[in-house]
Amino acid sequence: MRNVVLLFVVAALLTAAALGVRGRVSENRPLMLVPDMDFQPRVDAQSESEFFADGRSMRTPPAGTVPFGGGDYASDAGAPTPNADMLAGDESYYQGKKNGKFVENFPLALDIALIERGRERFNIYCAVCHGGAGMGNGITTKRGLVGVPNYHDERLRKLPVGEIYSAITNGKGQMASYAAQVAPRDRWAIVAYVRALQRSGHAALGDVPVAFRGELEKTKTDDVKPAPAAKAAPDTKKSASEKNP
Amino acid sequence: MANVFRPRADLWLRQIAAFAVLASVGGTAALYYYGPPEYTRVGYAPLQPTAFSHELHAGQIGMSCLYCHSNVEESPHAMVPPTATCLNCHNQVRANSPLLAEIREAGKTGRAVAWERVHKTPDYVYFNHSVHVKRGVGCVSCHGKVNEMPIIRHDQPLSMGWCLECHRNPEFALRPPSEATNLDWSPPVGQTQVEVGLHIKQQLAVNPPQTCAGCHR
Ligand code: HEC
Ligand code: HEC
Ligand code: HEC
Ligand code: HEC
Ligand code: HEC
Ligand code: HEC
Repeated sequence: MRNVVLLFVVAALLTAAALGVRGRVSENRPLMLVPDMDFQPRVDAQSESEFFADGRSMRTPPAGTVPFGGGDYASDAGAPTPNADMLAGDESYYQGKKNGKFVENFPLALDIALIERGRERFNIYCAVCHGGAGMGNGITTKRGLVGVPNYHDERLRKLPVGEIYSAITNGKGQMASYAAQVAPRDRWAIVAYVRALQRSGHAALGDVPVAFRGELEKTKTDDVKPAPAAKAAPDTKKSASEKNP
Repeated sequence: MANVFRPRADLWLRQIAAFAVLASVGGTAALYYYGPPEYTRVGYAPLQPTAFSHELHAGQIGMSCLYCHSNVEESPHAMVPPTATCLNCHNQVRANSPLLAEIREAGKTGRAVAWERVHKTPDYVYFNHSVHVKRGVGCVSCHGKVNEMPIIRHDQPLSMGWCLECHRNPEFALRPPSEATNLDWSPPVGQTQVEVGLHIKQQLAVNPPQTCAGCHR
């Protein structure tokens, strides 16, 4: 009987030694004991294709075609919605241009929600290079990225909003296009926030709502801070008045 | 006629029987322990074609998940970023690093980088990122502390029981949707996770599906 117990213990130890414990890091694909219908003959997003020569199952639309149907989610859930942006016809909204010139005014109504959205998007997509306050000192500039301009420079403060929009949409010089990551409305939100940053970099005490002035005097610093939510209020007015001068 | 069974046969029989009992108990235990996705999937960390590190990019550099996985709020698929996204920075940063040769090559030829897939629900399961992220389920609930992983590792089992555990009691995972990509978020001081979760659950009328057709559609 001792042998039997011994044999069992050895077998158990061998199994444990071979299989390890739960959560063990392994490079091997998970074992599929019963693959049932796990892999159906269909095309998953971003999957590999054996059919197309370039190995992609997701195809690039042919040049000149127009996307049809609504957001990915709605379509995926079986409810394609009509796409308001289908023809991207509004030149000033989608290109930031009118008659070949960059637009000076925002082609959409500005409100605080849009600027807040712009701040959130800016911090996701732009701050890594341009810095939280737009000073051109984002973290990547300390790791080898050069040539990021400071938004508070005279030239950039004079840039028409359409040109900032175009920098996001088409890229500019060393900077690549962010059109794939940022939807047109969000691009305008970012532009509005960039304007707010530029404004805050050159704000006088008089621009700050009275209620917040005391606080500012206390924490006077030399560098420009990103506009906190409360301070964005006067910026809104400024930007809105830019729209209808 | 001589005896068919020798006296030792009795001992053998008993030993075999004892071993069979032990083996079936042990085998069942092993199956329970090693069979489920908690063992088979968790810890899966395949070698990727490029030594991309989330620990560096999302941790040290502090990039938001959305910079690369920019679809995750809008779409069922979080998507792995296109090569162009890497080249935004790496056309300058470490532009000659041998570790990035694959990326530069892909950028030049337009060929896709063959990233090895880590998380995969079976094809008969409907999963949707945007619903979860917009309702305040953080990446960390399902993918673990990605910002501390030099190589992406499968952190949660993604089994049906695991999905349902949260769908029954989402308040243990809910957080303000704006903090969904902040992996280090913790409830504000003085509040517990359940308080925050219940508040958000009520505010956003969160009601995750528990019927079969919710996930098998
Ligand atoms: C990978 C780093 C990086 C990121 C991320 C980035 N930029 Fe830039 N940006 C640059 C560099 C570099 C330049 C200078 C381009 C040049 O002049 O060659 C620049 C220039 C600009 C300019 C000035 C264009 C001009 O006319 O001179 C604007 C405006 C701008 N970026 C806006 C943005 C916005 C908005 C975002 C976020 C959607 C963003 N950038 C994200 C690196 C970046
Ligand atoms: C610099 C771009 C970048 C950022 C920022 C980034 N990721 Fe990723 N992520 C990738 C790439 C590239 C892959 C594919 C390679 C891999 O799996 O390592 C990936 C893969 C993943 C995967 C595994 C996908 C699979 O195959 O199943 C998860 C999960 C993930 N990322 C989560 C996150 C989370 C959460 C964050 C935010 C903390 C984040 N990522 C930030 C680029 C990025
Ligand atoms: C916002 C800018 C940015 C983006 C986008 C980005 N990286 Fe990086 N990456 C960096 C920085 C900064 C470093 C660190 C360089 C250093 O420490 O000197 C780095 C380092 C690396 C390294 C290590 C290189 C070395 O020689 O040590 C690899 C590999 C890498 N990145 C891959 C990628 C991949 C793949 C992508 C696309 C999914 C990507 N990166 C996107 C900024 C970026
Ligand atoms: C409720 C759980 C859950 C949450 C929250 C979640 N994921 Fe996922 N993630 C999954 C599952 C399940 C898969 C596998 C999906 C599949 O097979 O289609 C996955 C797959 C992925 C992939 C692989 C590519 C793809 O699109 O399938 C990436 C990248 C990813 N997740 C990133 C993220 C990021 C970034 C976040 C946070 C913003 C996040 N996930 C939040 C469960 C989750
Ligand atoms: C950490 C919590 C959590 C986990 C884990 C989780 N979910 Fe969810 N799920 C939610 C919440 C919260 C909702 C949102 C319910 C709502 O919109 O009211 C949701 C909604 C859904 C929906 C409804 C989508 C729709 O269009 O109505 C599906 C389908 C779903 N989850 C599938 C899954 C699957 C499959 C898994 C496992 C791979 C999973 N979930 C894991 C929390 C979770
Ligand atoms: C919250 C989402 C969710 C709900 C609700 C749900 N399932 Fe599932 N189901 C899953 C996921 C995810 C898997 C894949 C599990 C895995 O791969 O480990 C699965 C797998 C299965 C499988 C295959 C198991 C196997 O390994 O072969 C069956 C059968 C199944 N579900 C039946 C049901 C039935 C019946 C119901 C209703 C009582 C139901 N499911 C409700 C998410 C769900």
